[in-house]
Amino acid sequence: MIAGGGLIGVELAEMLHTRDIEVTLLVRDKYYWGSVLPFDDGKLVGKHIEAHGIKILYETELKEIIGNVQGKVSVIMTNTGELIKCEFVGITTGVAPNIDFLLDSGIETSKGILIDQYFQTNIENVYAIGDCAEFREPVKGRKSIEQIWYTGRMHGETLAQTICGNRKKYSPGPFFNSAKFFDLEYQTYGIVPSKFSDEENYFHWHHPCKEIAITFVYENQTKLFKGLNCFGTRLRHENFDQWLKEGVSVDHVIANFSDALFDKEFTKGYLDDLISAYNSKTGSTIKKMKNKFFNFT
Amino acid sequence: MKKYVDTGMALVLMGLFILIGCLNINSYTLTEDSINEAISDSTKAEAVIASSAGMLNKPYSSKFTFVKDYKRSVAVANEQLQKDSSETVDEINAPVVLKSSIQGPVEKHTTLFLLLILGLFTLGTIFISFGQYIMKPAGIKNDHVFEKPLTSIGWSGILFCLGLIGFYIILYWYPYLLADWIKLVDPVSEYLNGGGADENFLYGAIYSIVVLLLGFKMFLKYRHSRYQQIRTLSVTFFQLSFAFIIPEILKFLKKPSVDLKNIWPLDYSFFWDTNISELIHNGKIGVFMLVWGLILLVIAVPLFTYFFGKRWYCSWVCGCGGLAETAGDPFRQLSSKKLIAWKIERVLIYSILVIITVITIVSVANYFSHNSILGSATNTLQEWYGFLIGSVFAGVIGTGFYPIMGSRVWCRFGCPLSAIFGIIQRYKSRFRITTNGGQCISCGNCSTYCEMGIDVRSYAQKGQNIVRASCVGCGICAEVCPRGVLKLENGPEKGRINNDPILIGNDSIKVRL
Repeated sequence: MIAGGGLIGVELAEMLHTRDIEVTLLVRDKYYWGSVLPFDDGKLVGKHIEAHGIKILYETELKEIIGNVQGKVSVIMTNTGELIKCEFVGITTGVAPNIDFLLDSGIETSKGILIDQYFQTNIENVYAIGDCAEFREPVKGRKSIEQIWYTGRMHGETLAQTICGNRKKYSPGPFFNSAKFFDLEYQTYGIVPSKFSDEENYFHWHHPCKEIAITFVYENQTKLFKGLNCFGTRLRHENFDQWLKEGVSVDHVIANFSDALFDKEFTKGYLDDLISAYNSKTGSTIKKMKNKFFNFT
Repeated sequence: MKKYVDTGMALVLMGLFILIGCLNINSYTLTEDSINEAISDSTKAEAVIASSAGMLNKPYSSKFTFVKDYKRSVAVANEQLQKDSSETVDEINAPVVLKSSIQGPVEKHTTLFLLLILGLFTLGTIFISFGQYIMKPAGIKNDHVFEKPLTSIGWSGILFCLGLIGFYIILYWYPYLLADWIKLVDPVSEYLNGGGADENFLYGAIYSIVVLLLGFKMFLKYRHSRYQQIRTLSVTFFQLSFAFIIPEILKFLKKPSVDLKNIWPLDYSFFWDTNISELIHNGKIGVFMLVWGLILLVIAVPLFTYFFGKRWYCSWVCGCGGLAETAGDPFRQLSSKKLIAWKIERVLIYSILVIITVITIVSVANYFSHNSILGSATNTLQEWYGFLIGSVFAGVIGTGFYPIMGSRVWCRFGCPLSAIFGIIQRYKSRFRITTNGGQCISCGNCSTYCEMGIDVRSYAQKGQNIVRASCVGCGICAEVCPRGVLKLENGPEKGRINNDPILIGNDSIKVRL
């Protein structure tokens, strides 16, 4: 029994699943990872996880864990009053900085350890990076506490320069992240919110028969490309880094999509279908492109 | 699912049990016919028949005693032949004599036994593949490889390794012990080349069946990846046709039986005086084979490697690669990633290339000077190379150690053709494995499953392209990568090797080495 449908929850579910242990996943939202993924994407991931034999209960939270006489877990109760027998409960509801030991140290903290753009705390030469660090002024468009693998690495890379005498300010490029849910790969570039605002529009495309889907997000008025989520296909980081910095339109991204494909050689292409779906949704007239098996340029 | 896998394993083990049992249920009786089959020259055959009167029509239960007595008879016959100043019997051909002398169940029901064993292996493989792959969602299936004893140097892995080594030692130095198996494949040989089988045919048949069956398993394991599927079809096709069936058909046509995809120096005897003479004496087709071999070496090797990297051969065409990519797949994670392994690899592989080049130059010089240079010393060199590199390294160690040192021991440490490919791939090729910006999470799956022991991760972490002499382009690193970081590509030479770590996504710093 796992409570919490995020990245850690699915990882724990996968590990238990490889040991032939039955897993039930409690998810608070209406669909999987609702705090991060838009509806269509979350539905896709949820379906994929269920296809691997994991039971997911949506809109369900853990209310009580009931032990037996030996003091071991035996049953849990959900907020809907359902009782589920289990031998193990995994709580994977989120990450919080574990900084209690610093409370009397004189280092200023809030949710996390407060730092400036150089990762320095209120005390000179004392730095904090990674999941426990909280920026006093977050980089524009980013969270004040960054808790993913890549930001942790970038914090380390940057601070290492400072410690070695080459003082550098933290300035990350456009956001990116990736994950894998069982066999479904996921990459994201730019900002894709779980709920779209009025200024934003999105184009969700799903392969007619395969587990491949892409969600493009763009500004309603200007068609400025803001980001995408992709599942079951691989895209080239370099292209999206460049496009997001240049501020190109979503038309430009779709028209040049073949440059950004990073799928393995001989993978059957899907560009035709993607482009015609985009054209019919937006009324654009982007030409179809040939899929490239081999790069001969 | 587990039921299917267990049933499959039981079927395969049953097949193995019957196969090994076949070696111990027959008796061997020398007849005039079996001598005639092994010795084509009638004068020699008659001499041997005369000298072996004591053992004719006498059933032997032990293959050792049979061969000992038969060798003695041949020696006696040779003394007589020498007295008559005729040619002596040079080749004992014990496996074939023994095979033709078999009496018992395998001789009476040869086809039945063959079909039963093949059937059990085939059915077993189908059951295992279905249980492991088809009944589960498509995707990477490497769970528990470091827990199962077979794939993590446990008891069954070591046992399998010893079995393989034993098989190779018997095959190369005591092939008559496999006479019963040679008998089993006789019908196949008759069908393909019109004659009986010998130990080489047996080895070719076993090799091809293994590649075919485990190729089928590999094909299903990677049913989500067209690159792996097409590649597996390719190696299986080249093994069955070029390495196995075509040479047999050539034999049937009384032409030199040549594997037309084998290239010097992997085909180390290609330029040996004996081979050149044989080909030239076979008229147009022989000369064509000679020219074809030269074209492959001089044109195809550099040209294709320039466009596609060494993978076009090593993991799409080659027989050694074919076995490694099918039967060897469960063991790829066992290759050593230590720095010392890389150092040994470089010293060994290029030394062997130098040695075979020197021996080849001497052999060719010998051919043109009609044995005036070094004469018999050349033969000694050739024999030693064939023994140490051709048999011990490529066979006993190269394949025998799959369950301990991973699937590409020979290709990585020994193959001189791989060395040539490697030099071209490293310095003049369009092939590279591209890494995807800053997406690597350092999980290390790529390095773990690299059968050539390349530390792929150390490149991916730094955003560097992987350009390495040893990479055979199997593409498994790109398969097991959970974040879509790796891609095998052919592209422009410019910017192929990027030694500056470029970490896309972090604009705080630019690192220059």
